[in-house]
Amino acid sequence: MLPVVLLAAAPRKAVRPAVRPKGWYIKMIRVENLTKYYGKRLAVNNISFHVKKGEIVGLLGPNAAGKTTTMRIITGYLTPTSGDVWIAGINMLTNSLEARRKIGYLPEIVPLYTDMTVRSYLDFLARLRGVPYNRVRSRINEVVEICHLEEYVDVLIGKLSKGYRQRVGVAQAIIHNPDVLILDEPTVGIDPIQVAGTRQLIKDLGKEHTIILSTHILPEVSAICERVIIINEGKIVAQDYIGNLSTLIAGSNRVRLEIKGPVDKVTECLRTIKGITRINYEDSHYILEYPANIDLRSKITEAIMQGGFTLLGLETVTLSLEDIFLKLTREEETR
Amino acid sequence: MKNIFIIASKEFRSYLSSPMAYIITAIFLVGTGFFFSFSDLTYSETSLRGFLGNPFYIPIILLLIAVLTMRLLAEERKMGTIELLLTAPVRDSEIIMGKFFGVLGVIALMLILTFYYPLILTIFGDPDIGPMISGYLGLFLLSASCLAIGLFSSSLTSNQIVAAVLAGGILLGLWYLGSASSYLPKTVGDVINYFSLSNYFPSFVTGVIDTRGIIYYISVTALFLFLAMRSLENSRWN
Repeated sequence: MLPVVLLAAAPRKAVRPAVRPKGWYIKMIRVENLTKYYGKRLAVNNISFHVKKGEIVGLLGPNAAGKTTTMRIITGYLTPTSGDVWIAGINMLTNSLEARRKIGYLPEIVPLYTDMTVRSYLDFLARLRGVPYNRVRSRINEVVEICHLEEYVDVLIGKLSKGYRQRVGVAQAIIHNPDVLILDEPTVGIDPIQVAGTRQLIKDLGKEHTIILSTHILPEVSAICERVIIINEGKIVAQDYIGNLSTLIAGSNRVRLEIKGPVDKVTECLRTIKGITRINYEDSHYILEYPANIDLRSKITEAIMQGGFTLLGLETVTLSLEDIFLKLTREEETR
Repeated sequence: MKNIFIIASKEFRSYLSSPMAYIITAIFLVGTGFFFSFSDLTYSETSLRGFLGNPFYIPIILLLIAVLTMRLLAEERKMGTIELLLTAPVRDSEIIMGKFFGVLGVIALMLILTFYYPLILTIFGDPDIGPMISGYLGLFLLSASCLAIGLFSSSLTSNQIVAAVLAGGILLGLWYLGSASSYLPKTVGDVINYFSLSNYFPSFVTGVIDTRGIIYYISVTALFLFLAMRSLENSRWN
């Protein structure tokens, strides 16, 4: 813990210590008390988190939760209203150029010069980000191989399909071999087969880079990330390892029923079943909740039969992202 | 310096690969040819004042430059590529200077393409070389100022049309400020006239290299490049 304490106490003007304690930048990304106002609107509200070297962290949240703003601040594109960001021990605000050199960034809208070929595009960005002149060529070849773009290096970017454009976007993010990769919704808008490919690519990149990726797709996080940070309305509502979080989320089971019969009588009948914690009626469906450790489905069907109603359908409901937010935010309020 | 060069050469090449620069160069050359060959001054003086000193033609050049520069930053904003530039390890000033020198190269190329007019004059007549050189210098300085104004306009918006119209408005406004000033009381008019883009240009065409003119055009260029820098910096805040 000592190095971290030292860092926190360091003055804002980045004074480099003559001898760096070993492993002092183990925390590759440090975000401290980040706040961002757009005019009067609060977009990011006092967010703090760390990402360790080699971790893949998912930034999860609904649209307009503040994911993109947070990422833009980390990459140095936006200046925060208050708070600090360190990349590999370098402060993004006071030593921005140095810190930006360590980041690869794939924005949500893939930034491409459509009138350039893949090769000239990568060449431009490699040199702009300080890849030594004699290394540019070989580095482009490496990156093109990693992203499986060999056949398209000399094609105009404007002529590529969406999935390939995405890959070019990833290629530009890693062209200067950055320590940290920031990927904003990397799988949005491409077809399912290519999504699988992109996810695999990100996983592979995670072996050498520290990655933050944002998404609003829950399964994506569990497929790629080790740890997840959930933000909503500019605040962190939860951050934990995937395993811990899913037990937190899977606190209860839900089933959705379609039953023929008068609503009040059916509800009364359902009330008699022991163990059910909640009954909801919406859109001519009943939604029942019960604790995660028991399975009440057979009891429910029995009760309906005995009540003289007809069961038309029964399905288990997995919690959607919205439900999780509702749950987490509600918990926050009651605490 | 290296970063400015990287951005400038990329900008220059992207102009060469898009039709816009060719269309504008074509219009520019047709206009130049027209005013050169239909002006009496070409034959009576064997000078370039036919197109360099033509009060109708220079505003057209101003508008062409407004169209040429409209995409510089507006397109980057529209396509989201501004994020590449602003997250790359380069200063905001280097981005602006790179863009500026990239287009300045295109304009220099356009001017070089008109060098066959003085060549024709030297072959078939005995022209005075001095005013030609000073005229081209004046036009180059004027273009640099226009370009800075265009770059500034382009930095304000993500809509290229808005950028072009704004740049055209500022340029024509500053150009005709000189003629408007004659309707004002003398002292006020003189002061206003100092700010006009057209005030110092005629002396360059007649062969006078006026240091006040050089300083004026360089100042205007520097001012608008500075404003473009601040405008780019401003986009980091919202």
